Amino acid sequence: MRDELIRRARGAVAALVLAGLVVAPWVVDDYTAAILARTLALGLVGVSVALLTGVAGMPTLGQTAPYAAGAYACAVLGSQISDVGVVQVAVAAGAGAVLAALTVPLVVPARGLIVLMITLAIGELVVTVLGRWRSVTGGTDGLAGITPVRPFWGLPVLATDQARYLYTLVVVATLVGAVLLLLRTRFGLLLRAGRDDETRLRASGHRVPLHLSGAHITAGAIAGAAGSLLVVAQQYISPADFGFDTSALLLLGVVIGGTASVGGALVGAALVIAVRDWLFGVLPGHAPLVLGALFVATVYLLPTGVNRVRGPRGRLRPPAAPPSRPDAPAARDHVTVPELRA
Amino acid sequence: MIAVAAGTNRIDPYLIPALDGVAYGLLVFVAASGLVFCFGVANILNLAHGMLYAIGGYTAAALLDGGWASLALALGVGVLAAAAAGVLLAGLLTPVATGNHLTQALLTFGVALAGGSLLVAGFGPDDPQVQVPAALDGSVVVAGHRYAAYRLVFIVVAAVIAAGLYLAVRRTRAGMLIRAAVDDAEMVACMGVSPARIRAGVLAAAGALAGAAGVLGAPIIGPGTDTADTVLLLSLVVVVLGGLGSMAGTLLAALAIGEIQTLGVALLPSAAPFLLFAAMAAVLAVRARGFATSRRVT
Repeated sequence: MRDELIRRARGAVAALVLAGLVVAPWVVDDYTAAILARTLALGLVGVSVALLTGVAGMPTLGQTAPYAAGAYACAVLGSQISDVGVVQVAVAAGAGAVLAALTVPLVVPARGLIVLMITLAIGELVVTVLGRWRSVTGGTDGLAGITPVRPFWGLPVLATDQARYLYTLVVVATLVGAVLLLLRTRFGLLLRAGRDDETRLRASGHRVPLHLSGAHITAGAIAGAAGSLLVVAQQYISPADFGFDTSALLLLGVVIGGTASVGGALVGAALVIAVRDWLFGVLPGHAPLVLGALFVATVYLLPTGVNRVRGPRGRLRPPAAPPSRPDAPAARDHVTVPELRA
Repeated sequence: MIAVAAGTNRIDPYLIPALDGVAYGLLVFVAASGLVFCFGVANILNLAHGMLYAIGGYTAAALLDGGWASLALALGVGVLAAAAAGVLLAGLLTPVATGNHLTQALLTFGVALAGGSLLVAGFGPDDPQVQVPAALDGSVVVAGHRYAAYRLVFIVVAAVIAAGLYLAVRRTRAGMLIRAAVDDAEMVACMGVSPARIRAGVLAAAGALAGAAGVLGAPIIGPGTDTADTVLLLSLVVVVLGGLGSMAGTLLAALAIGEIQTLGVALLPSAAPFLLFAAMAAVLAVRARGFATSRRVT
């Protein structure tokens, strides 16, 4: 009953937020439009987090790494290659995918809590590198003076915040659509199957690590593309945009949105980021305190659906949702603790 | 003496960074050992661990006035405060104990955010100055170089803490319980030891270790707004590099990270940003298979 209510509430909120996103540029002022565009870009990163955490079962706190790689690749390289948005998105997605591919050997063999730790370390190290590699990234001062972008060959450059917002919205919608299509394919099915019962899938001859690597690289490409959108939306980037708090906020948003649901992740991440931006606006100084309290409260209020996962020893708790929704349960939790050798 | 000096000339400029690396590494080890307990025993990714260190650091900055008594007082208060924060965290985690790691990690992150904000509200947004005891404020001569006396003493104290920790885990009843809980938490629960009590004990111990590291290490990694993040990142890298649960591995990894952060920067300044990353990538790539198999065997 409670689950049913929460699902309906989720649906209503999602519909409201999506409708709001489309009409927003004609309703709000320039500043809000710019903030919303940035929120959308972060929502897209949230989608990549959901792809890994909920669909593939690899909980991640490090999607800011390919996001940052995409943003800096777009700002440093993309703007020199072309001022066409599509090209820049492609460059950024490529950079994100390359970084994700490089980290595959670190992430894919691990499971559960260990993935969380390793991805967090990778994300933080990328931010450290961005802060110290002054000659390319401008260090902690960041990169400003981003050249204006035209969405497609022959179109005018995006000069207003409204135009940049709409461009971001179109790109995000396209990519989210692509992810939804991808999840309907055999690949998506295999990812979910690997999340639900990896041993079974391995036994029937599927190469689960290969699927997981594919998911990791795809998620990296999506986060990278989101990085290019951030550059357009914000016209300025610095390592502060990719901090560890961003990863945690995105993960919270994805968990609120239902972990395995792509649309839910987009809405959840956007909501959480919007709440953060609003809090920092109305409560300068005390925003982290309130945000932290909200974090704790949200974790307590989360529906049982989030906790309904397999226990550490592979016990399957009876699912309350009908089996026709295979993506309802949240992330797999296969972690077994390594020995404490003293 | 002159001949020796000529012979050591090539390594001479790197002696001080190397010694600094040992101090830094031992500090990171004491801080990270608490995280190892949280992860290994309570199976929690404690994102508030850096905040526990910051509690110790701020206590040191507030209480130290140059005397030995203030150092003892700061150590006592810092350890108690951080341990209490650990117990509070364990209490907050109890309702979601049966949940998954994702929600637990998020909860600890919320506590870290709120706690960090409270610390800044209580002690001000500026990085406070830390006054070491007057007797240790000077420098001593090590192999012809002047070196901060405090750091030299810190190396000894941290080594003693590390040895005590080893003995505690190996020989005491609490240490046995911890090792037993790592091996088979359900069996320990069957024997009548409440998992909630173990979780509270482990988080308190982690807090005490982080608090001690925070007080003693305040002159090395001082309290400030980004201390918590720095310490959390370093501890995390050390725990992952050290093999996720091995105390000896954690110590080795901490010393390696200390040397990379000091000696590595002195030797290869241009590559400095990537050294930490490269070390982690190299070790993980070699060990990745090991993690995977240990996961399936246990």
